[in-house]
Amino acid sequence: MGKIFSKENKAAFLEPLNLNNPIAIQILGICSALAVTAQLEPAIVMGLSVTVIVAFSNLIVSLLRKTIPNRIRIIVQLVVVAALVTIVSMLLKAVAYDVSVQLSVYVGLIITNCILMGRLEAFAMTHGPWASLLDGIGSGLGYAWILVVVGFVRELLGSGTLFGLRVIPDLCYKAGYVDNGMMVMPAMALFLLGGIIALHRYLNRNKNM
Amino acid sequence: MEHALNLFIRSIFVDNMIFASFLGMCSYLAVSKNVKTSFGLGIAVTFVLVVTCPVNYLLQTRVLDGGIAGQDLTYLSFILFIAVIAGITQLVEMIVERFSPSLYNALGIFLPLIAVNCAIMGASLFMQQRIGLPETSSQYIGGVGDAVIYALGSGIGWLLAIVGLAAIREKMAYTNVPKAFQGLGITFITVGLMAMAFMCFSGLKI
Repeated sequence: MGKIFSKENKAAFLEPLNLNNPIAIQILGICSALAVTAQLEPAIVMGLSVTVIVAFSNLIVSLLRKTIPNRIRIIVQLVVVAALVTIVSMLLKAVAYDVSVQLSVYVGLIITNCILMGRLEAFAMTHGPWASLLDGIGSGLGYAWILVVVGFVRELLGSGTLFGLRVIPDLCYKAGYVDNGMMVMPAMALFLLGGIIALHRYLNRNKNM
Repeated sequence: MEHALNLFIRSIFVDNMIFASFLGMCSYLAVSKNVKTSFGLGIAVTFVLVVTCPVNYLLQTRVLDGGIAGQDLTYLSFILFIAVIAGITQLVEMIVERFSPSLYNALGIFLPLIAVNCAIMGASLFMQQRIGLPETSSQYIGGVGDAVIYALGSGIGWLLAIVGLAAIREKMAYTNVPKAFQGLGITFITVGLMAMAFMCFSGLKI
């Protein structure tokens, strides 16, 4: 069992969570990070979907890596990803229809999410299946936690709710508290993400990146 | 005619790819360091959009949506759209290389990367949604002509956004930005301010 969680595999799993975070450091997959985070629930669903898709596409491409001809590898990778996204999209429609309506085209856009192509090209094409699976899960979760943070802040300050339930008591509203309507606008997502990236850099300023 | 003009203006300003739906963000942030390259990329994206969107429109209406023996094949749309986009990008790359080597060299790596640009796929998916809208809606896409106009408008909107950001970033190189914000942090804030400026177009009607 010692080999399963060897040092390299652990690094493949843990690095994307913080030091090599796909959003904060590599700046990949920004589109969906901004578009689906006006509320917490779609943000979590999106994060989980991406995690599942990155993990499995990493695994499949890693298993196929010796048989894929180098010239057409991008198209092969895209087809693997597109098939997985189709499955996830149909699952979402069946299990959580409301959320899938909210996510609209952004589920389909997971195909062109740069995190996927980035991990497939940079990791899965050169590593074994187990390490690739771990790397995929790590990258997906690294992406998901930023989505959750942005979604949490935007929903709490923008509409005073979490998961659609009111958390800011009526008392505050009577005392003159007003929801910040800007928070649900697209522009605010950009400001928040800029702030998170700056904070992340500041906290990790002494570490070698 | 009125509908076409409305669709065109809306897709440039109101439903702007970058500021309203955040599509094509990765290359938008990575390539917008100087005006010349970003202009080239903008042109390339517009070009690929204008070619792929009508093709995907025909695919969606003639084949997927009950075209073959009355079967609803819409669930295949993700795979087919991305295959069309990847194939056409490859074709465009070959054509540009053959007929305009200077443009080919200027675009370099960006041309093949357009295949995974979310703006291209996003335009096709939005178009797929808009086919189902009522005909009176200003976002309705009802024919190949509408699809071309929508694609052209979206491409020009993207071009406008990336050239604008590149111009700002060129000037920003001379300013004193706090260390943690240097590079991407401040770029995000700039894009946020630009998005706020574009918000004043929402509700625009012709």
